[in-house]
Amino acid sequence: MGKIVLKSVRKSFGEVDVIPSINLQIEDGEFVVFVGPSGCGKSTLLRLIAGLEDVTSGHIEIDGTDATDLPPAKRKLAMVFQSYALYPHMSVRKNIMFPLKMAGMEIGEATRRADAAAKVLNLTNYMERKPGQLSGGQRQRVAIGRAIVREPEAFLFDEPLSNLDAALRVNMRQEITELHQQLKTTMIYVTHDQVEAMTMADKIVVLNAGRIEQVGSPMQLYTNPANTFVAGFIGSPKMNLITGPEAAAQGATTIGIRPEHLDVVSSGGWEGIVGLSEHLGSDTFLKVETRTAGTVTVRADGDIRLRHGDAVNLLPQVGKVHKFGPDGKVMA
Amino acid sequence: MARKVTNTRKAVVTVIAWGIGLLIFFPILWTILMSFHAEGDAIKNPLEMLMSPWSFASYAEVQTRSNYSLHFFNSVVISVGSTILALIIAIPAAWAMAFVPGRRTKDLLMWMLSTKMMPAVGVLIPMYLGFKNIGLLDTRTGLVAVMTLINLPIVVWMLYTYFKEIPGEILEAARMDGASLRSEILYVLTPMAVPGIASTMLLNVILAWNEAFWTLQLTTHDAAPLTQFIASYSSPEGLFYAKLSAASTMAIAPILILGWFSQKQLVRGLTFGAVK
Repeated sequence: MGKIVLKSVRKSFGEVDVIPSINLQIEDGEFVVFVGPSGCGKSTLLRLIAGLEDVTSGHIEIDGTDATDLPPAKRKLAMVFQSYALYPHMSVRKNIMFPLKMAGMEIGEATRRADAAAKVLNLTNYMERKPGQLSGGQRQRVAIGRAIVREPEAFLFDEPLSNLDAALRVNMRQEITELHQQLKTTMIYVTHDQVEAMTMADKIVVLNAGRIEQVGSPMQLYTNPANTFVAGFIGSPKMNLITGPEAAAQGATTIGIRPEHLDVVSSGGWEGIVGLSEHLGSDTFLKVETRTAGTVTVRADGDIRLRHGDAVNLLPQVGKVHKFGPDGKVMA
Repeated sequence: MARKVTNTRKAVVTVIAWGIGLLIFFPILWTILMSFHAEGDAIKNPLEMLMSPWSFASYAEVQTRSNYSLHFFNSVVISVGSTILALIIAIPAAWAMAFVPGRRTKDLLMWMLSTKMMPAVGVLIPMYLGFKNIGLLDTRTGLVAVMTLINLPIVVWMLYTYFKEIPGEILEAARMDGASLRSEILYVLTPMAVPGIASTMLLNVILAWNEAFWTLQLTTHDAAPLTQFIASYSSPEGLFYAKLSAASTMAIAPILILGWFSQKQLVRGLTFGAVK
């Protein structure tokens, strides 16, 4: 069982509080993604759970027992690093078998498990190669293989896909998601990429400056962001956050409207001029300079014929406008 | 724009490089040349010496006068023994300094290095008396201990720089994989640092082999290495150049051969981390 509970976890490096205080509960079998801009403390939080960093105060419970003072090896967690961190002097087989060897497993059983993991990850033909002879994606698979053979309580992923090219990243994203569906083991995944967060997570934890901004399912965060930070961070292209007269008209300090919730209409609504139009084929993103709402991004149909300098009218869809108060939090 | 290298320039640089190389090697070359001549010819002017007949007489003489194999054996025991001992102490020490540095790690490293700046003769009397009192004078054990101690700072420093090059994430991965500190050092760090450890080892063997201050002061016969063997031919009753040269050639030959075969490794080791 891989239930992980963080109780008032604080981490400071010298004078600097990287993580002021975090309470979080991760259920067994959940795929949780920590997402946030770089320097928000998401990797530090993962390393605290792994035991690679000591907490300054607070407690970490893994599977019901206090693991705060346990060394990494005793926490029954496996980690996949951004740099893969494979052992360069060992073959793929030895890399995958290393944790089993450390656990003192008998060699026949260890080999059987390594072969099984290799089969799942399509590595069977590469078992005798050294990591240096593999491509980025294959190395990443070896790192995952090394993690799964241990049958850990939970997997920790630290930005595992950021060293891969875009196409491979999409593939590996799907492979990891499928792996989670197969193994049903708790996974904690750190990324700065909100697309990865949205596509993979059961639960997203949005972090900013060491604080949790919001916890929820991808769709909860998308439809009901708790504050302007989450509103701006989740979703691509970003939500339009509008201040000034249009916001005041709705009784809010800031209003948020997603690009896909602005309709191009023939009259009424917000008047503006198209600044930039990006045709992606399926969609067209328009940057529109409005008279009253500033610059907004609009997601329109792929075959829309609007160009730089054209006049447009934009109408926010009913019920899709988010209102935020002076503190940046969503208004009830 | 790429720098233009003309043929003349290349030739000049080559000549200068060869010149410097020969200049450095010349004393060794001359020693070897002298060793193949009779005592009387060896002190003649260089041209005359080269024209005089070549002979192995000096080598034969040196063989009968002293026990080369004993000194050779002592040199091997002292240099290899002290190197292994130094590595056993230095690997964990360098690991700690490279991967779990404290606030004083840099100071500690500088302090260790500073001991190399102290003139050895400054501690000769206490060392000598200490050795005498515990019965270590003229013993291989004593010499191994001294060589280990004097070379330890360099060994720790070299290993420290190699270890700094190893990404910390790999060791963290080992820790996550359940490796104890011992397994982490034994199965992950050491194999990855093999090139560095090998060049440290080679350099230390060479340094210990050539060390002539402590070996001359603390040994007389039983534990005397090849340095003592050479020194025994420079006597106050008069120098015997040919025999001295023969003894020197025999003493440096093993390390010269070792150096020749490992020069690639040595150069790589000494410039490790300089170019990424």
